[in-house]
Amino acid sequence: MNRWKRRQLRDVIAKALAICATLFGLVWLAWILWTTVSKGLPALRWGLFTQMTPPPGADGGLLNAFAGSIEMCGLAILIGTPIGIGAGTYLAEYARHTRLGAVIRFVNDILLSAPSIVIGLFIYELMVVPMGHFSAWAGAVALSFIVLPVVVRTTDEMLKLVPTPMRESALALGVPQWKVVRQVLYRAALSGIVTGVLLALARISGETAPVLFTALNNQYWASSLNEPTANVPVVIFQYALSPFEFWHALAWAGAFVVTMVVLVLGLTSRWLVARGRTNYE
Amino acid sequence: MTDSRVLAPISVEREFERERRDRRNDNLFRYVVTGCALFVLISLLGAALSMLWGGRDALVTFGWQFLWSSDWDAVQKKFGALVPIYGTLVTALIAMIIAVPVSFGISLFLTEIAPAWLRTPVAAAVELLAGIPSIIYGMWGLFVFVPFMGAHVSPWLDEHIGPLPIIGPLFQGPPIGLGMLTAGIVLAIMVIPFISSVMREVFITVPVQLKESAYAVGNTTWEVVWDVVLPYTRSAVIGGVFLGLGRALGETMAVTFVLGNAHLLSPSLLQPGNSIAATIANEFTEADSPIYLSSLIALGFLLFVVTFVVLAIARVMLNRLARRAGEIA
Repeated sequence: MNRWKRRQLRDVIAKALAICATLFGLVWLAWILWTTVSKGLPALRWGLFTQMTPPPGADGGLLNAFAGSIEMCGLAILIGTPIGIGAGTYLAEYARHTRLGAVIRFVNDILLSAPSIVIGLFIYELMVVPMGHFSAWAGAVALSFIVLPVVVRTTDEMLKLVPTPMRESALALGVPQWKVVRQVLYRAALSGIVTGVLLALARISGETAPVLFTALNNQYWASSLNEPTANVPVVIFQYALSPFEFWHALAWAGAFVVTMVVLVLGLTSRWLVARGRTNYE
Repeated sequence: MTDSRVLAPISVEREFERERRDRRNDNLFRYVVTGCALFVLISLLGAALSMLWGGRDALVTFGWQFLWSSDWDAVQKKFGALVPIYGTLVTALIAMIIAVPVSFGISLFLTEIAPAWLRTPVAAAVELLAGIPSIIYGMWGLFVFVPFMGAHVSPWLDEHIGPLPIIGPLFQGPPIGLGMLTAGIVLAIMVIPFISSVMREVFITVPVQLKESAYAVGNTTWEVVWDVVLPYTRSAVIGGVFLGLGRALGETMAVTFVLGNAHLLSPSLLQPGNSIAATIANEFTEADSPIYLSSLIALGFLLFVVTFVVLAIARVMLNRLARRAGEIA
C-alpha cells in the first residue's frame, strides 16, 4: 500500500469513527427519552394533578409536589432574575474591559458549572441552620443561586450584542445612562434576556440536589413558605428508591412531566434565540 | 424680552434640578448594578466559607487524617474521606476516558463531515442531552441501564477480561450492574454534550483560510483536523475537557442512583462504591450526630475546592483561545 492510499484509509477510518461517535451520543438520547415516555405515559392519570402524595399502599398523585415545585421555581426566578440582570448589566455596560469585570465574569462562569449539591450545602448553612428548620424559602433561595449565573451570563452576552451606535444615539440626545440602559438596551436585548430566564427555569425545574436538604420533603400540603415543602424532584428521588411498585409508577409519571417541561422550555428558548438572530441580520 | 429675562432663571433652575436628578439616578443605578455584580462574587466566597465553617468540627477533629482515612463509622463517630474521594476520581476518570474521544468524534462530524442540513438538528439533539435533569438519568440508570449492565455487560467483562493479568482485577466482580463502571458510563453520557459543544464552537472559530490552505496542498479531512484545527484550538479543547471533568466530579443525583452507595474500597470497577456527592445526598438527612453532619459538610468543602480548581483551569484555557482569536480578528 502506498503512502497516498494509507492516508486515504486513515481519513476514511476517522470519518467512520466520528459518525459512530455521533450515533453513540444519539442512541443514549433516544434510549433515555424512550424510557421516560414508555414508562411515564402509562402512569399518567388525572389523579396525578388532583391528589396528594400517598403513603405506601394507598392511591394518590403528586399535587403537593407540583405545587411546591412551581412555588419554589417561581420564587427562585423572582429572586435570581433581577440580581442577575443587574450584574449582567454591570458587566456589559460598566465593566466591559475592567479587571473587576473580568474577575466577576470568571467567578460567574465557575458558579455556572459548580456542583449543585454544593449550593444546597451552602444554603443549608446559611438558612436552614439559623432558622432551625427546612423551608420552601431555603429551597427557593438555593435554586435562585442556580438561576443567577445563567441570567448574568445571558444578560451580559445579549447586551454586548446590542450595536454601540444605539447607545451613542441615545446618549447624544442627552438621555441619562440609566434611562439608556432601561429604555433602549433592555428593549433591544429583551428576547435574549427572556431566553436566559427560560434556560434558568429549565435548569431548576429538574434540580434535585440543591433542594434535597433545604426544602426537604413533605407528605402533605405545606401551609406556609416556612415549612418543609414537597417538590417533584425530591419526591421522584424518594419514590424511585422505594420498594413499592405504585410509588415507582408515580415517580415515572413525575419524571415524564419534568422531562417534558424541560424539553418544552429548552425548545422555546432555542426558538427565541433563532428568531432573535434573524432579527439582527 | 423682559419675559424671557424673567423666565430664564426659572428654566435654568429647572435644568439644574433635572441634571441633579439624572445624576443622582445615574449614580443610584450604577450602585445597584455594581452591588448585584459584587453579590455574584460574594456568593461564591460565601459558599466556600460557609462550608468551611460547617465542616470545621470534622476538619479539626480528624485533621489531615480526614483525607487519608477510609473509616466511615457512624457508631464510633470516625469519619474519613478516602472512599468517597476514590469513588469520585475513578468514576470521573472513566467518564472522561469515554466522553473525550466521543465528543471529539461528534464535533468532528458536526464541523467537517455532516452535510449542512444535518448539522443543526444533530447539534440540537446532542444539546438536548445536556438539558435532561440528572434525576432522570438516575432513574433511567437504576431501572433500565443497571439491569442491562448486570445481565449483559458485567458477566461478559468478568468472564473474558477478568482472568487477564494486570487489568483483570479491574473487571472482576458480581453481575449486579451497580458500580463504578456503570456510574462512569452514565457520567460520560451526561458530560458528552458539554465537551462536544465547546469543541464544536471552537472548531468553528478556526479561520477558514487556515483550513483551506491545508486542503489546497492536498491534506485529507483527518489531517486538517488533527494537524491544523486541533493545534490551533488546543487550549480551548483542554478547557472544554476540564469543564466536562468539573461536571463529572460534582454530578450528584445520577451517580447516587447507580453507584450502589457502598462504603467499599475495591479495585474492581464492577463493585459498588461511593462518591463525595452521592455520600452527601444519601446520608445528609440521616446524619444523627453533629460530627457526622460536619464530616459531610467537610466533604462538600473538599468537592467545592476540587471543582473550583478544575473549573478555573477550564476557564483560563478557554479564555486563552478567545484572547488569541481576538488578536487575530
